[in-house]
Amino acid sequence: MSGARLELAGISKQFRGLRAVHDVSFVVPAGAIHALIGPNGAGKTTIFNMIAGVYPPNSGTVTLDGRTLSGLRPDLVCDAGVGRTFQIVKPFKGLSVLENVTIGALHRRPKLKEARAHAEEILARLGLADRRHHLAQSLTLPDRKRLEVARALATQPKLLLLDEVMAGLRPTEVDVMVGFLRELNAKTGLTILLIEHVMRAVMALAAQVVVVSYGEKIAEGTPQEITQHQAVLDVYLGEAEVA
Amino acid sequence: MNRRAALSLAVLFAFLLAAPLLLGNYGLSVLILVLYFAFVGQAWNIMMGFAGQLSLGHALYAGLGGYVAAGVYFHYGLGPWAGVFLAIAAAVAAGAIVGYLGFRFSLAGVYFALLTIAFAEFTRIGFDNWPWAGGSGGLFLKVERGVTDIANLRGGATMFYYIILALAAGTLMLCRVLLESRLGRYWLAIREDAEAAQAAGVHVFRCKMIAVMISAALTAIAGVWSAFYYNNLFPETAFAIGRSIEMTLPPIIGGLGTLFGPFVGAVVLTGLGEIFTDVGDWLHVPGIKQIFYGLALLVIVMYRPAGIWPWLATRLGFVERSK
Repeated sequence: MSGARLELAGISKQFRGLRAVHDVSFVVPAGAIHALIGPNGAGKTTIFNMIAGVYPPNSGTVTLDGRTLSGLRPDLVCDAGVGRTFQIVKPFKGLSVLENVTIGALHRRPKLKEARAHAEEILARLGLADRRHHLAQSLTLPDRKRLEVARALATQPKLLLLDEVMAGLRPTEVDVMVGFLRELNAKTGLTILLIEHVMRAVMALAAQVVVVSYGEKIAEGTPQEITQHQAVLDVYLGEAEVA
Repeated sequence: MNRRAALSLAVLFAFLLAAPLLLGNYGLSVLILVLYFAFVGQAWNIMMGFAGQLSLGHALYAGLGGYVAAGVYFHYGLGPWAGVFLAIAAAVAAGAIVGYLGFRFSLAGVYFALLTIAFAEFTRIGFDNWPWAGGSGGLFLKVERGVTDIANLRGGATMFYYIILALAAGTLMLCRVLLESRLGRYWLAIREDAEAAQAAGVHVFRCKMIAVMISAALTAIAGVWSAFYYNNLFPETAFAIGRSIEMTLPPIIGGLGTLFGPFVGAVVLTGLGEIFTDVGDWLHVPGIKQIFYGLALLVIVMYRPAGIWPWLATRLGFVERSK
């Protein structure tokens, strides 16, 4: 398992009259951790959905290690090596934690026994091992977020898309998740792109940050550069005034 | 499955094997009904209980299967052991069409259910007007008393009993194998959340299509058995929505998505049906049977919404108490 290079080249998406994403381009090099931030409704999840194949971009392309992803179905995008979590978590509620992750593992390990063994390993690494026989619907929100990550990892991705997996976590839990992701990235070279509002996590994890607002990329740089970037400050402070 | 459950299952199966020697005609006819409903319920359970696709038109597959096998026997003398393959082919083709339309155009839940009802309904109207199949007057197979001709499925209750027992037991084992496979787990994932399943690499459309086709094939076999057991077929009953609904009840009452739910549900439903028939006869009130039957279902669904089997299995110590 190693990371792959993600490239977005001028992708746009319109929903009827609404211009959700307009001409966004950026690159996440193989093995890097980048963050995608922006105010609510900026189009971050729409960008994720276009990478993951939920819908194709109206224009522009998404490539993974040079292979075009845009236009592929979500299961084929997964097959190409993209694992994702959902902002609004989508556990298989009526199944056990172990079964949830096993289903992800079955993608590359068709034998149930092997898939289950792989799932056990991942659950142990994410600290969910003691809850593996609980039904997913009985988990707390932080555990459900972890379960999302575990299920995505079980598909053995080369690129992991994390949609707000820190939201709702306590600061200590954020640190645990950050530590886990950093170690995962260091050990396996897995490329990670995360959408995050928790700046503590962004600062700790991301080498580069892409900022979007109203569907357009307004800045890109290291976390330090971004926090001093005038356009970014305007966007965030502007939002703060309204709120 | 623990030892206790395995032993109970062995005892039950031994009883079912010996039943024709132990029971009279009435008892055997009731047991035949139980096994028939366990079998069709199991077939329907693959679609709804495993893959989460609500079909309220399964009479389509049973009706088609029955008509095809009975039709080729009636007209061309082709025996049911060959005819069943034509029956399966017809039902699988029908299931593929319904599935393709429903899944390709993302009809979910009740909308998909409406589609399945529509197909059963217009097939009924088609058969009403198809002379080859006897039209609305029905199709009848010659009843031959006192013969046992397994090749042509002409014979008494014992023969039909063992066939339906083999079918019900075989389907139970098939479902167990399916559920313990990648395909089975993918069905459960689709049932729980199709979008998350797809993101985890599941080819949702293909898995749903396989579910509807396997379910239709098994239901067609039940239709063939039923046509040769009862010796008559009418579009009015073969494709009726009531026929479809009664296939859904054993798994719903027994426990959706469970392996033994359809059997347990079939035992309870058939048992209640027989008891309330007697009560109705005794009370001399027409229609009272249906009222009692409906009330009983209502009580079961209210107090055991997940079905009787998950509760019963825990009570009997077959499984650990779930968390």
